[in-house]
Amino acid sequence: MSSTSQTAKAGGGRLAALTTWIDDRFPMTALWKSQVSEYYAPKNMNFWYYFGSLAMLVLVIQILTGIFLTMNYKPSAADAFGSVEYIMRDVEWGWLIRYMHSTGASFFFIVVYLHMFRALLYGSYQKPRELLWIFGMLIYFVLMGLAFFGYLLPWGNMSYWGAQVIVSLFGAVPVVGDSLMEWIRGDYYISDITLNRFFALHVIALPLVLVFLVIAHLMALHEVGSNNPDGVEIKKVKGPDGIPLDGIAFHPYYTVKDLIGVGVFLILFSLVIFYAPTMGGYFLEHANFEPANPLQTPPHIAPVWYFTPYYAILRAVPDKSLGALLMGAAVVLFVFLPWLDRGKVKSIRYRGPLFKFFLAAFTISFLALGFLGLQPATPLYTNLARLFSVVYFAYFLLMPWYSSVDKTKPVPTRVTYHAH
Amino acid sequence: MRTKLLVLTAALVPVAAFAAGGEVHLDQANIDVTNKASLQRGASNFVNYCLGCHSAKYVRYNRMAADLGLTEQQLIDNLMFTGERPHDTMAIGIKPDDAKRWFGVVPPDLTLVARSRGADYLYTFLRSFYADPSKASGVNNIVLPGTAMPHVLWELQGVQEAVWAGEPNAQGDVRHEFKEFKLLTPGTLSPEEYDSFVRDTVNFLEYIAEPAQLQRRSLGFPVIAFLVFFTLLAYALKKEFWKDVK
Repeated sequence: MSSTSQTAKAGGGRLAALTTWIDDRFPMTALWKSQVSEYYAPKNMNFWYYFGSLAMLVLVIQILTGIFLTMNYKPSAADAFGSVEYIMRDVEWGWLIRYMHSTGASFFFIVVYLHMFRALLYGSYQKPRELLWIFGMLIYFVLMGLAFFGYLLPWGNMSYWGAQVIVSLFGAVPVVGDSLMEWIRGDYYISDITLNRFFALHVIALPLVLVFLVIAHLMALHEVGSNNPDGVEIKKVKGPDGIPLDGIAFHPYYTVKDLIGVGVFLILFSLVIFYAPTMGGYFLEHANFEPANPLQTPPHIAPVWYFTPYYAILRAVPDKSLGALLMGAAVVLFVFLPWLDRGKVKSIRYRGPLFKFFLAAFTISFLALGFLGLQPATPLYTNLARLFSVVYFAYFLLMPWYSSVDKTKPVPTRVTYHAH
Repeated sequence: MRTKLLVLTAALVPVAAFAAGGEVHLDQANIDVTNKASLQRGASNFVNYCLGCHSAKYVRYNRMAADLGLTEQQLIDNLMFTGERPHDTMAIGIKPDDAKRWFGVVPPDLTLVARSRGADYLYTFLRSFYADPSKASGVNNIVLPGTAMPHVLWELQGVQEAVWAGEPNAQGDVRHEFKEFKLLTPGTLSPEEYDSFVRDTVNFLEYIAEPAQLQRRSLGFPVIAFLVFFTLLAYALKKEFWKDVK
């Protein structure tokens, strides 16, 4: 026995001793096993299953870049706009950090929308994943809040008027509307005070809630287990060792697979950051390069692209209070999907033609409304927005009917998987 | 309350008149921010003709000089006239109140104008002043009708007249369908020289709107090349691990 191997063995022994020391005091190894190395995920998860881990990646990017932005940003009406330009010009690598954060906001929504669409495709919100779905929807709501509060911070003219418009929606609440608006702004108009509180909400309150919700979302996921493109519960067929026959350990199989997703994601992310950080005015709007001006509205106020489907619904309704109500309903209805869906099968693979028709119609409506929300409201566009709004709501409200009468296909007991 | 909401929502709905008011055709600026000679000429145009009234308050002189390939001495000799120090930003001496008295408006800061309006807009705007005796400044502009800005570059461009194509409207006004410009008095520059003067200036405005763009584009390629390599490696790793998934 050589002396080198003895040293190595002693080193390994010390590491093992440290692990034991920690495990006696904190369930480190147990957590690693239960959540990662012995968490069994279905082996047939496809393209649509990349977006959960990618959402986590964007969350980390947003938190890290956000910390560095906070170090140089000044949340006051007098200095905010200038401090963003200071970050863009005088702070070492400030432009990169700022573009990562602004591009990250849009990519967060892209990833989350695809993640949610996956749930619609494969019935991932159905029993027993109702709470998992609700935690996810809460994450989505918090994300919308974060995007809205964060959008005011650069204190550009679109920041100002966008906030003005969104806050004014709360005025649609009967009786207390006016006081509610004042309470949100902390002033009679969007002012320095509003900017300060939005800053507090954006950098600490909502991120904290978000992180707790993400933990709850993951805990719920690991309790019930991941769904899959067949909508088959893999826990129903277990081997003699108690491991689902169609399950594979999350680590290393899905960690290495998700690494490919991370690579492709970062390539697309970098293309935007380095070659099109404003994305032609869709990620960073042109009017926002002018400082906030309470006396002059931008020629065309439109929210950032990820809110435009709801904005189109708001504009489509002639009565403003009803419009605000329907816009809110369009967002909240997702929460009730587990109970609206009376289907016996989960995955679109075994659903009938009615479900497929309604899901396709909904998808087209969501995209069309997103487009219309960016356009000026001409009579033709307004009528189109009305049509697509009706289809949007039909997907949810008629679901108890079409999902129960639909002709479904038999679901296999095992997942379909072809080794490559 | 309800009326307030209505007013706000009405403000939201993009003004139809904006589109109907004759969206002006913008000429292509065809600028190139990597062209340092053009940027240097643009910087000189900017400090000589614009910086008297317009600030560029986020632009730092010495950073600009470094990006444009100028030494500090060249910067001081050619681009700095009023006793600033090289690490100062391009501020101006006019008080906002005075500016308001003289022009009716405070001339906007130009640091970000290329990002908010676009290079083509600026290129067309600076070439679209025409004689209009009804205006205090003697000129009007096709791109921004009623602008308070006088034609600062008139000596260079000369004086031009707008030719209108449309029939008189109900008010007997023909000024709603613009056809072309006719040069009344030639300036010290030929039309081609003037276009290239404006192009250099707009190129400089594009650069100051985002000085990091020079760095940004050149950094993009190595980063993405690395990520492609990383992704291929990740793909090979996944293939290897997933061999035993049957």
